[in-house]
Amino acid sequence: MRKPKRIIIREEYCMGCRLCEVYCITQHSKSKDIIKAYRGEEPRPVSGIYFEEKGSVSFALQCRHCDDAPCLEACITGAMYRDEGTGMVLHDREKCVGCWMCIMACPYGVIKPDFGERKVASKCDLCIEAEFPACVEHCPNEAIILVDEEGERIYKEAV
Amino acid sequence: MTRSRYLIIGNSAAGVAAVEAIRQADGKGAITVVSDEDVVNYSRPLISYYLGGRVSEDRMAFRDRRFYERNEVALILGRKAEELDVERRRVVLSDGTELGYEKLLIATGGRPIIPPMDGLRKVREGAFTFTRLSDAKEMLKYIRENEVKEAVVLGAGLIGLKATEGLVERGIKVTIVELADRILANTLDREASAILERALGNWGCKVIKEDTISRVISSRGRVREVVLRSGRSLSAPLLVIAVGVRPNLELVEDTPINYDRGITVDEHMRTNVEDVYAAGDVAQARDFLTGWSSVIAIWPVAFRQGKVAGWNMAGRETRYEGLFPMNSVELAGIPTISFGTTNPPEADGYEILARKDEESCLYRKIVLKENKVVGAIFLGRIERAGIFSGLIKDGIDVSSFKEELLSDDFGLLVLPAEYRKHMVKGEGMEV
Repeated sequence: MRKPKRIIIREEYCMGCRLCEVYCITQHSKSKDIIKAYRGEEPRPVSGIYFEEKGSVSFALQCRHCDDAPCLEACITGAMYRDEGTGMVLHDREKCVGCWMCIMACPYGVIKPDFGERKVASKCDLCIEAEFPACVEHCPNEAIILVDEEGERIYKEAV
Repeated sequence: MTRSRYLIIGNSAAGVAAVEAIRQADGKGAITVVSDEDVVNYSRPLISYYLGGRVSEDRMAFRDRRFYERNEVALILGRKAEELDVERRRVVLSDGTELGYEKLLIATGGRPIIPPMDGLRKVREGAFTFTRLSDAKEMLKYIRENEVKEAVVLGAGLIGLKATEGLVERGIKVTIVELADRILANTLDREASAILERALGNWGCKVIKEDTISRVISSRGRVREVVLRSGRSLSAPLLVIAVGVRPNLELVEDTPINYDRGITVDEHMRTNVEDVYAAGDVAQARDFLTGWSSVIAIWPVAFRQGKVAGWNMAGRETRYEGLFPMNSVELAGIPTISFGTTNPPEADGYEILARKDEESCLYRKIVLKENKVVGAIFLGRIERAGIFSGLIKDGIDVSSFKEELLSDDFGLLVLPAEYRKHMVKGEGMEV
């Protein structure tokens, strides 16, 4: 199995601006436009990020695309699956029935219930439709970075 | 006689997980999977969604037909494994076919318990158990043909309540009869049960507790009425018997394979007989929390055990570390997730943290022992509940952030910095 690219969190660099969430939502919107995504689209997409903040510490956390992912074992529909090509853990919203077994199983707590059009689970897909994760691209202080299977950093410019 | 490197009896979570694991470790060895059902693949927990009309039959599969082709699995459907000869390493199917094996996985699951009830023998139509797709299909057919408007469900465990949900979605008025003094008695505590009971009531269901069915009255073989132990009688044009499942041990009963409540297996999912493994609802393995050997008949446990069995069968030595009970169930629109020991005996050194808002149907409970989480209930709000599965598994001391455990925005941030950093940097990654 191929190992996926991964997002590394460097909490000491996080400024708490939450731009990662803004751009995640924008990337996963229909229009891909920041204003339209926030002002016009109903339902607004759920971000793949849990942003946590307390005092001076903050970080943005998204799906870790685990090697041995508990969500894959807990999923009763097969909606949660390993993409063989990229090694990523992806989620098929069409198949999902919103049973929340994945939410129960994920020790990072990074799968969200999405009560938008239909009740389904929702999580980070590493912006598979784009070439580079929007949260990483737009983090102004490199608090979230992308690395390859060897742990080597991948820069947007190189993609 | 065909002989496979790997023979798997059972095609649900454990069987499928074993196929995946075997193929990760062995791309070539022939795999045969036997199922007594005539369906390529379907997810058992989805039968209540099917009953309720939320999932159509063509969307019941958790792995498609191509899964078996891609993994070069010889799939034998609609035939039951009836005889096992561990000396000669062969299994005989219901049609007489003999299958040889080098490694065998028994993943035959559970079968419904049917408690004794007077008159049940005379019933030929209208009484159902609810564990298979065929049960759901036949029930639905019966409902349509007989224009069933009301039903009695015996048993308020997960299966009974999910059946109830499906029936309610079909516009049927359900009365639930439960022997315990509350619903989901094995999964939840008194407070959580009470909230869900009220929600079921608001949904139009009637729950009769501390009672059971003593007699079933039928006319011309068709169920009509049930009489409870209390003497009360209920009209029952449809009866669902859902008091629980027990491991399906038929195949091993006359073999040297050891079983207790389920087939006893070691940490490699091996039975006492060489090259014979067991996994899923039929197996009795280590319970992570108690350390005892027990049957935990839930999907994630079956899947994990199947995977561990598959790896070991294919020579990739892996230990099953044990799991603990965990459930996610939504009833009457209220989601609930629970882990481990939710209802500990008084004293015994357990500490309980709980917060309840009955008006909004919110309840959260954390059970601690020696400052470690051993159980939890999340009712109404289930976001981030999974973090607690990690806290239980990793045995994290929560004394430094105990007061945060009940908070709505509980997250990784309150965890000890070292543990948190290890987590957020991801598996096998230390930056």
